[in-house]
Amino acid sequence: MNSQTTLDSDAEQYFETLKMQMAASIAFDAKLVGVFSGGAWLADRLKQELDGEHEVGYIDVSFYRDDLSTAGLKPVVRSTQIPFSVDGAHVVIVDDVLFTGRSIRAAINTLFDYGRPASIQLAVLVDRGGRELPIAADYIGEALIVPADTMLALEKREDGKLTLISEPWPKR
Amino acid sequence: MLSKKNLQLNERGELHHLLAIEGLPRKILERILDTAESFVGVNEREVKVVPLLRGKSIFNVFFENSTRTRTTFEIAAKRLSADVVSLDVARSSTSKGESILDTIANLSAMHADMFVVRHAASGAPYLIAQNVAPHVHVINAGDGRHEHPTQGLLDVFTIRRYKKDFSNLTVAIVGDILHSRVARSQIHALTTLGVPELRVIGPQTLLPTEIERLGVRVFTSLEAGLKGVDVVTMLRLQNERMTGALLPSASEYFSRYGLTPQKLALAKPDAIVLHPGPMNRGVEIDSAVADGKQSVILPQVTYGIAVRMAVMAILAGATR
Repeated sequence: MNSQTTLDSDAEQYFETLKMQMAASIAFDAKLVGVFSGGAWLADRLKQELDGEHEVGYIDVSFYRDDLSTAGLKPVVRSTQIPFSVDGAHVVIVDDVLFTGRSIRAAINTLFDYGRPASIQLAVLVDRGGRELPIAADYIGEALIVPADTMLALEKREDGKLTLISEPWPKR
Repeated sequence: MLSKKNLQLNERGELHHLLAIEGLPRKILERILDTAESFVGVNEREVKVVPLLRGKSIFNVFFENSTRTRTTFEIAAKRLSADVVSLDVARSSTSKGESILDTIANLSAMHADMFVVRHAASGAPYLIAQNVAPHVHVINAGDGRHEHPTQGLLDVFTIRRYKKDFSNLTVAIVGDILHSRVARSQIHALTTLGVPELRVIGPQTLLPTEIERLGVRVFTSLEAGLKGVDVVTMLRLQNERMTGALLPSASEYFSRYGLTPQKLALAKPDAIVLHPGPMNRGVEIDSAVADGKQSVILPQVTYGIAVRMAVMAILAGATR
């Protein structure tokens, strides 16, 4: 845990930027679907702070990942909850950090097993580059340059504020 | 026991084969139950399939007949997008004289990734697990009188769904404990998960000697054993036991050990009733109980699929 560092940069500030961008252009009734865990917290916060009628859902992408045979099943799998009809809905997938794009690919596939959305957009707190798939975010809190051997993750502090932490990738 | 335990886990302590509940750490059991919880959601969707095991080949190898267990394993594999083949080897290869290991070697040559094995001999899945290639996984779907670990897991999963927490429960298992691999797996699962009071109830002839060593209280009276319990598991009375002089008759068994509404009333008012199936109505359980509102027998079947999906997904993600 000593190798864990909190970034000087302020996740709360990125959140404000992200929220302003989304407020300017998402549909009044856009559904917010957070990817566990960081994206789920962000989706909840966005629902509270954005105007409009935004229903919230949560996705755990574990069952749709492409790295089962190399990385194994994640130790903790949360239950995907989509409490609204996806058919014809405008959906914004919300995630904390956009990196390779593989989680987002998995999240899109998950959504399609619930129905046929009218549109899907992507909102991320941080875009750290390093894409391995043709995926781009529509709303970005901040673009950061992060060394490839460093994992960037969102944490929720006890006071509910969001913090970005960076640490070496967990070994299997 | 130590070698059995090591055989199930890889060097990182992850579950590689599921052969028995005995010896598995609590955190592995809890991980299976938590993962199954997420698969319950998948099974309630319109699209009940996830792509997790795409391209994997799973072989159900049943040296002993079973319809229900084999079917639920098949459904679980299909909902994970695996290719699944079920072989009724009891009626084919074995009857032609092929040994277990030759059967498995042949199926391995067809690029199997996972075997689900049922065999009348206790320990057969261990023999197979010791002889498969390192990337291949083995699930015990019932071996002799030994264990039926996925049944034990689906039983405790069902109990957790209704009772939330194991730490205050009194659970009774009723019937033919002696011949029951279901009872053995459930006893180990409940003990590991911290159930404080576990009771076994049955006629002396159907109770294993020294069963107390597993940490259970023994009752030969159903009425005494049911007092104040939260969960009752009824075991199937196999007809073949009648001929072996272990029991006088089915009707006498029912009058002493059959679960009727009157006897169930001795348990807590919110007690739930489990049965691994197939049921013998009027032998170990009264229809009024089996179809009553305290019965969770059909939810057990539903949850069995989610639990088997969880086991397959976790095993497939473990490497050696």
